[in-house]
Parts: sequence; structure tokens; C-alpha cells
Amino acid sequence: MTATLTEVDKDGPPTAPARTARRPWQGRRLAPYLFVLPAIALFATFKLYPIAWSFVLSLHKTVDGVDTYVGADNYTRLLDDPLFWTALKNTAVILVVQVPLMLALATGLAVALNSTLLRGRSVFRLGFFMPMVTGLVAYGLIFSVLLNKEYGLLNWLLSGIGVDAVPWLTDPLWAKLSLGLALTWHYTGYNAVILLARLQTIPGELYDAASVDGAGAWASFRHVTLPGLRPALLLTTVLSTIGTLQIFDEPYILTGGGPDNATLTIGVYLYQNAFTYFDFGYASAIAYALAVLIGILGVIQFRVLGDKP
Amino acid sequence: MTTTAPKTARTAGTAGTAGDRTRGRSILLTSSLAIVLAAVAIPFYWLMIASTHSSDDIFDSPPPLLPGGHLGDNLSALQESAGFGRVILNSLLIATLYTVCAAAVCTLAGYAFAKYRFKGREALFGLLMLGLVIPSQVTLVPLFKMMAQLQWLDTYQAVIMPNLALPFGIFLMRQSMAALPDELLDSGRMDGCGELRLFWKVVLPPMKPGLAALAIFLFLYQWNDFVWPLIVLRDGASFTIPVALASLQGIDNTDYGAILAGTSIAAIPMAIVFLALQRHFVSGLLAGAVKE
Repeated sequence: MTATLTEVDKDGPPTAPARTARRPWQGRRLAPYLFVLPAIALFATFKLYPIAWSFVLSLHKTVDGVDTYVGADNYTRLLDDPLFWTALKNTAVILVVQVPLMLALATGLAVALNSTLLRGRSVFRLGFFMPMVTGLVAYGLIFSVLLNKEYGLLNWLLSGIGVDAVPWLTDPLWAKLSLGLALTWHYTGYNAVILLARLQTIPGELYDAASVDGAGAWASFRHVTLPGLRPALLLTTVLSTIGTLQIFDEPYILTGGGPDNATLTIGVYLYQNAFTYFDFGYASAIAYALAVLIGILGVIQFRVLGDKP
Repeated sequence: MTTTAPKTARTAGTAGTAGDRTRGRSILLTSSLAIVLAAVAIPFYWLMIASTHSSDDIFDSPPPLLPGGHLGDNLSALQESAGFGRVILNSLLIATLYTVCAAAVCTLAGYAFAKYRFKGREALFGLLMLGLVIPSQVTLVPLFKMMAQLQWLDTYQAVIMPNLALPFGIFLMRQSMAALPDELLDSGRMDGCGELRLFWKVVLPPMKPGLAALAIFLFLYQWNDFVWPLIVLRDGASFTIPVALASLQGIDNTDYGAILAGTSIAAIPMAIVFLALQRHFVSGLLAGAVKE
């Protein structure tokens, strides 16, 4: 707080040097508050207030539309709820397996897209970004029909090379894999484009210097490309982590959390509690647990990846 | 450097083998990436094909791989079962209104955070960024109750208002605005510009690429948004495209031909808009997003 105060003082001296200069200075002091006012007012009304309200809800139990104060009961219930742990485990599996694989893939894709050897770079760049433009309902519908066990295109293609019908969405293990596949299809290109933009800011001289020093392709990737990508890797890791922990749309549309809760994520479990069982209090407790988890992981990632080299 | 290698190879025979090797690697890279791209594109292709077939044909074995003649029937089925003309209009109006209003809110705030020093700046910005990490599910129930109390259910403002101050939009604009040189603003002030006119006449014109990126992002976000509209829009006449499609999927004897035709309507215009403006979008988005 004190730091901000001194900054302000530096910028707008309390004793204006000349009379004519006073009015613009005052306008300049007021203007930022007017400019942020709509954003802050809207945010306070439609975000902060509901967030606080939600916390109050998390301390209550709703029975037949009547709220009763139960203190921390919803939170202790969370710790003993096997379904919550299943959801947490499923979400963690996606986070630990799918996110690193996707980011590795995105890095490879970005390097390939940045290569001067590639013809028609702009076509590829666009093509790989396309899935991101498709909304979740559209893409959920496409995938659920494509992955249909009896009639889906994918199984028909596989049968052509003699592979038996794969229960993409109906077997617990395959369903997890399909979910990972759909996520990768949707987000890899997006991450690659972020990484690519950063890649283009790495000076070519660094690669020239590396090759003068006798570095091969792998060595210059490790010692020039990866360190240069660091800020963009941090950004994509943090965005993917936040996105994954909140993941809801994809499992909801593709599998509804099934089969046998194999794709039940925290987001889906939260939604079920809120809008299927109308247990708003418990759903709010889950939401708060989730927010804390996101906060902790975010801090860890900034610690690990954030240091400037 | 390497791009010129094949050319030199063609003109100067002496560099032949090195140039051939470069060209070989170029063909290898391009063709293997093309295969990956094909895997990405197949769902799109199949979507368009399926839109032109009846529900029965789609699940035939082998599945149809070429366009059929059923598109017109699918579209009229959509109009009959879901009033799809009205639904498209709803989506267009909501996304347009949202884009204009949210762009104004985010741009003004982003500008203030980037170019002014004021008391509480860091605290206010941090507060807004909280919105990025708080899962949106936290606010669904209280917001729904709020909209019901305001009697806003089934209205455009119920869909539009809660997300106008989009934290990512504000973040994006702050990042793009930071690149604007302070001298430009100071010389505008020297010329006697008030702060609002300064914003309109001096700040906005060079920000066009960043604004285009923001606008596309906002439009896409609203056009594709599903869960929130699903909760506040109850009456079929107020549905947006994703809500209408999801409602059609739930019923018995789901007409997949019609649904997939509707899905094409949802996906293809966005793809075209994106293709037309992608230069602004990608550069504007990334100018902001990837900084130390």
C-alpha cells in the first residue's frame, strides 16, 4: 500500500507548478477511477457478491428449500466423501498425464510451425488453431457421434484395418482416454500458437552462436529454445492447470461423468450436487475447496517455472 | 537463411546435394505435419458431410463420406422443432451486444491499469484477476437466484450482464496498452486534449489490432458459451444455438441429421470470421499474452 502511495506522489505533485496546469492534472487523477469504474462495479455485483454469497451457502444445508446453518459440516463431509476423492483423483490423472503430454506436443508443433523448412506455414497455423474456435456443444456432439461404439466413424475406420470395435465412451479406461483425446484435440493448437509467438522472439543469432559452438539440433533445442520459451511455458502451464481443475464441459457432454464415475471430475461433481441434487451448500463447499487447490498449484508453478534465468 | 537454400540449389549446380537434402527434409516435415492436420480436420469435414444426410444415413455402415442431398430437409426440421431462425437471431444479437459492451468495459479498464498510476491500482487489478482463478461454478447458484429476483430470466441482459467485466479481456487490454508509448499520450495532453478525448482520439486508433483480437475473442466466447445461457434461458424462444442444440439432443428419436446441421451453423460462420480476421486475432492476442 505504501509503495503505491509514493508512486502516486511522484506522478502528480500536490503543488501544481502553474495555475493553467492544474485542471489537466486533476482530470488525469480522476480519469483512471472513472475508466475502471464500470469494470469494478460490474465485477463487484456479478462476481464478488455471488462469491461471498456462495461462501455463506457453503455453511448451510438446504432441505426442502429451507437453509439451516450447519457451520463447517459441508467441509468435513467433503473429506469423508468417496465420490469427491474419486473426482479429485480423476482430475489429478488428467492434470498429471494429459497436460504434460499436450504441452510437449504443443511445443513440438510450435517448433515445427516455426521451422523455415515448412511450406505453407500460415495454412498450418490456422488449421491447428481451428478446433479452438469450435464451441463445446458443437464439438461434444461431433465427438460423441464419431466415437459411438456401434455406428461411429472411428470404429468403422479401425474395422477396416481389422481392429475390433473399441468401447470409446462406455469402458472406464477407454472413456478416460477418449476424454484426454478430445481435450488434446481441442487445446493443443491453441497452446502451440502461444508458444509459437514466443518462439519468434528468440533472436536467430542465438541459434547461429550455438551451431558455431558445435551444438546439434537437440542441444540447441535444450539450451536455446527451451530457456527462451520459459515465460510462454509458464503461461500455458498455468492456464492449462486452471482449465483442467475446473474441467466440466467436456466430460459433461461426452460421458456425463461415467461410465462408473471414471470421468467424474470435480467440476462435474460440483454441477451434479448443485443442479441435480440441489444441494447448493455442499456444491459451494466443493467450489471453495477447488478454488483453494487452484491457488496452491498456481503458487507452486510460479515458484518452479517463474524464476528468471 | 535456409529458405533460400533450395533456390540456390536450382540455379547453382555445385550446391546440389545440400539443397536436395534441405528440400527432402522440407518435404518430410511438411507432409508429416499435413497428416497430423488431416487428423485435426477430419471431425470438421465429417460434420459438414453429416449435415447433408438424414439421421439414418449418418449411422449407416459404411458411414457417408461424401455430401448427400438432405441439407434442406435437415434445416426445415430444425426450424420446425426448435424455431431455429429465431434461435440464430438470438445468438447473433446476444453475441453482438455482448461484444460491443464488454469491449468498451474491458478496454477502458485495461487502459487505466496500463497507463495511469493511481492509488489502489495494484489492489483493484489483483481483485479483478481473482476472477481468473475462482472457478465459475462458484457463482452459478447465487447468480441464478439473483437473476430470478431481478425477473431477468429469459432475457438477453441475463446472459450478457454477468460477464461484461471479463478478467481475461481486461488483462489482454492492459498488456496491449502497455506497448503504447507514454510520449504519445503526453504530446496529446500538451495539445490540450482532455482525458476522454485523449482516449478516443490518441489511444484507440493505434490499438486497432488489439481491439480486433479482443472483439473476436469476446464474440467467440459468447457465441459458444453454454452453461450460463442454459441456466437462465428457460423458454425455447429465447434459446441461443448451443442451448437449442443440447435441448434437441435430449429428446427421444434424436434427429442427428438436423442437430449436426445446426452444429454446422454454429461452427462454420465462426470459422469464416476467424479465417478472415486471423491476422489481427493471433498477433493481437499474442502481443498481449506473451510477455515476461
